Amino acid sequence: MIEHHLPALQVLLPLFAAPLLMFLVRWPTLAWALTTAVCWATFLVSALLLEAVWAGDPISYAHGGWEPPYGIEYWVDTANALVLLIVSGISAIVMPFARDSVEQEIPRDRIAWFYTAFLLANAGLLGIAITGDAFNIFVFFEISAIASYALIAMGRDRRALLASFTYLIMGTIGTTFLLIGIGFLYMMTGTLNLADLAERLPAVRDTSTIRAAFAFIAVGVSLKLALFPLHLWLPNAYTYAPSMVTVFLSATATKVAIYVLLRFFYSVFGVEFSFGVLPMGYVLMPLALLGILIPSIVAIFQADVKRMLAYSSVAQVGYIILGFSFASTLGLMAAMLHLFNHAVTKAALFMALGAIVYRIGSTRIDAMAGIARDMPWTMAAFVVGGLSLIGIPLTAGFVTKWYLLLAALEAGLWPIAVFLLATSLIAVIYIWRVVEAAYFRERPAGAAPVREAHPALLLPTWTLALASVVFGIHTALPIGAATRAAEILLGGYP
Amino acid sequence: MTETGALASGTWLHPSLLLILGTLVIPFLRGRVQQGYRLLLSLVFLWVVWTIAPGTYGSLQFLGLDLVPGRVDTLSLVFAYVFSLITVIGTIYSLHLKDNVQHVAALIYAAAAVGVVFAGDLVTLYVFWELMMLASVWLIWRRRTPQSYAAGMRYLLVHTASGVMLLGGIALFYTQTGSIAFEQIDITGPAFYLILIGFMINAAVPPLHAWLSDAYPEATVTGAIFLSALTTKTAVYVLIRGFPGTELLVWMGAVMALWGVVYAVLANDIRRLLAYHIISQVGYMVAGVGMGTAIALNGSASHAFTHILYKALLFMGAGAVIHMTGKSKLTELGGLYRYMPYTFLLYMIGAFSISAFPLFSGFVSKTMVVEAAAVDYRMWIWLMLSMASAGTFLHTGLKLPYFTFLGRDSGLRPQEAPWNMLLAMGIAAFFCVFIGVYPAWLYGFLPAPVDYNAYTLDHLFWELQLLLFTGLGFFLLLKHVGGEPKISIDTDWLYRRALPATARWVGDRGGAAWQGLLTLSRRSIAAFVTGLARHHGPGSVLARTWPTGSMVLWVAIILAGSLLIYYV
Repeated sequence: MIEHHLPALQVLLPLFAAPLLMFLVRWPTLAWALTTAVCWATFLVSALLLEAVWAGDPISYAHGGWEPPYGIEYWVDTANALVLLIVSGISAIVMPFARDSVEQEIPRDRIAWFYTAFLLANAGLLGIAITGDAFNIFVFFEISAIASYALIAMGRDRRALLASFTYLIMGTIGTTFLLIGIGFLYMMTGTLNLADLAERLPAVRDTSTIRAAFAFIAVGVSLKLALFPLHLWLPNAYTYAPSMVTVFLSATATKVAIYVLLRFFYSVFGVEFSFGVLPMGYVLMPLALLGILIPSIVAIFQADVKRMLAYSSVAQVGYIILGFSFASTLGLMAAMLHLFNHAVTKAALFMALGAIVYRIGSTRIDAMAGIARDMPWTMAAFVVGGLSLIGIPLTAGFVTKWYLLLAALEAGLWPIAVFLLATSLIAVIYIWRVVEAAYFRERPAGAAPVREAHPALLLPTWTLALASVVFGIHTALPIGAATRAAEILLGGYP
Repeated sequence: MTETGALASGTWLHPSLLLILGTLVIPFLRGRVQQGYRLLLSLVFLWVVWTIAPGTYGSLQFLGLDLVPGRVDTLSLVFAYVFSLITVIGTIYSLHLKDNVQHVAALIYAAAAVGVVFAGDLVTLYVFWELMMLASVWLIWRRRTPQSYAAGMRYLLVHTASGVMLLGGIALFYTQTGSIAFEQIDITGPAFYLILIGFMINAAVPPLHAWLSDAYPEATVTGAIFLSALTTKTAVYVLIRGFPGTELLVWMGAVMALWGVVYAVLANDIRRLLAYHIISQVGYMVAGVGMGTAIALNGSASHAFTHILYKALLFMGAGAVIHMTGKSKLTELGGLYRYMPYTFLLYMIGAFSISAFPLFSGFVSKTMVVEAAAVDYRMWIWLMLSMASAGTFLHTGLKLPYFTFLGRDSGLRPQEAPWNMLLAMGIAAFFCVFIGVYPAWLYGFLPAPVDYNAYTLDHLFWELQLLLFTGLGFFLLLKHVGGEPKISIDTDWLYRRALPATARWVGDRGGAAWQGLLTLSRRSIAAFVTGLARHHGPGSVLARTWPTGSMVLWVAIILAGSLLIYYV
């Protein structure tokens, strides 16, 4: 019976565990242990879900027995099962890392609160991905966002507060736009169920209300996924958040928002409407190209590695958006693939950085001079992640680069292929700056001695670093899932 | 051979994989155990490579593509043989060295080079191509001087560019043909040129050659052996495989052969001089590829084989001098033959080989390329190659040894090089003489059946005449100009006096133009970076933290823009 309720468990596990943690304020280690257990359980659930939809049909789960489209429906197919796996997988892997890192960065009496917020954010993101109801998407967006504001505000740097506040304003605008768009859709169709919407929209789609709805949803979600030039909240939020939060959010939050955009564009509005009637391809592609180029160059000039990686994240979002702006199966597949590969790669990088911060207490490149000798394993993990970010063969990043290239060439856009190859060189430069500092410079005189990071920090870091290599060689899982996800998204709701 | 063949039907262990996995143990071993292990590992590698029977091994799926990591035929085997041989020689030469990074990097580099020549498809080739770059750059950096760091950076930059072009070409090739099999690249359009340029950068074809003479002299003493042997020669292999008979390459090759010689005039660093001669020698091979006839391709392959051995020998000799004296400038060396007699002798064997003296290995391979030009009635190519031949002898056979080992006493009193260096040089020297005396051994495994005899009377006369008059010219001039001979050799007994002068004039002007271009580009790059920093740097308009209001303004603009687009 339990497997029948897996979709509900996916969200309810973290959602209900979160308030429980508030009773554990005095026992932070226990709070951590409980969070870890919940995260691994949700990971297991999402793995089971992916397995179930991989072979069989999509799962439709009616909450409380209210049949869709009247009740709230959870809908799982390969496309969002992959997203669920990314979110729950990253949170599960980050938890062993969190213990030491959080203990150092968060005051002891707030650790339980921290994990409460973390689980809520987790539940929100999982909810966005799994639900088949438009209004539910808005609700879960707000749950995850409000929890994220709290998480970011707990950063040690006082600027974290301002960063969180800015994120709050921008995030609220984003979700409000989304709500306005959903309201328009409801007004015209009288339904909130995504599959039902997809069915009823063609009849009314030539109205200006639907076009306005499209615009509000597109801009609102683009804000959440940090599409250039709506990314301005992201660098500060990622830079000043606690290490563990940055790892988690960078790998999951923008990815889930991208998934929502894909769902609306491809499944709800339909590819013909989004890219045929409305010239979405022409809107997204230039923004994606600018979004790759400018943040990449900005990243080169950053003195703070965390900020540099944050800008790199904006650029990577650009690659994903570029992939799906081709509106082809291959392009969409490349986008889904990069969703997965970038989550793994960037999480590995931010985690390695977190381990460095744990030892030297700073994220500045200058402070990292010469640490490779004392922290060889941490830096090696950083290099592996960096190679994957650049897209060196036999890493996950190369696989994405290859498919993006093919998609660009398939669309006959060879200048974009050249552009892709050229911008991957920019990543070489900014990753190199860190490698150069850590491997080739001497420790500054009088700097405190540094030891290799704790195994509890190293193990999850290396798990992800190795994953970014394994998924570059053994590509069956990500490519299979991404291909099926692309087919499903293009096919719309059955 | 049958054993490996039988093994192939089951699982096939790629020799590169074997070597790469083997290197991972090196950092955990110390002292004599490590030395023994490295030697053993390279010998096992040699044995595995030399016992592979031709055939197609291993196939796997990657990104929905059929990869063929083991396409073994006579052409790939020639290169694999000599790569594995040089791996053993280089390992022996570096036995004394205590630097795990270099050991691991050198062996992975060698493994990647063999991976490239066994690659039956373009994606596998690309993977090993990039691995070669990543491994080899450490052989430069581990010299640990600021110059070597900068040179390594430039090396990396150029090869990244070559990798990017190659990848772009491969992706385009795949979308055009639907295949990634690595055979002759017979399509037209950008894919052809992208792949060709990617290959040509690694082959150091001018004007894409500057990385070589820049980086190799800055490499570590032992790393230079591997560098001199592997990168350019894998490029020659892929050119033979992918672009035989491309007319452009004939001229590029001939220009290259001369270019290296002309630029060697300017070199004062002994390894820079040798590095320029790599460019010159690879020019013969590239020209052979361009001619594309059976004899020309045989010539290219065999010249690559012999070249790797004698060039490694020369680099080992120069390396031994640098290792023992710490000096590398012609002007600082001199009179060393009394203190390093064996090094001197072995070096001279390499020098005779590269100069194509009869009974040395260069003679049996270089003349094949020159002959190929002759039978094709390519008079100018033949002339240019012959001229480069004279210049080669002048520099590596006369100038370098004269100023290093003979000549004025520099006051240096070094010891003879350590035994392992001499042994490695001895092995290479043995092969140089062996192939020169018994060329049938080399001809036996060339890709096409060899119907060529190097030791005909006219070859012998022509070659000896060329060499002896070059030598005569050198010593005559030496007497007249004293200690600092200008290398304006009297070659008017060669067809025309003007030709070399023109070449040199072009070379000098080219050099000046190149420097000018460099300065210009350096300036414009500096301006460009300043401009970038102004807009993208910290605190600039694109990177600063924006007031929330401005961010919201952007949102409004984007929304209004979208609405506008949708309604219109």
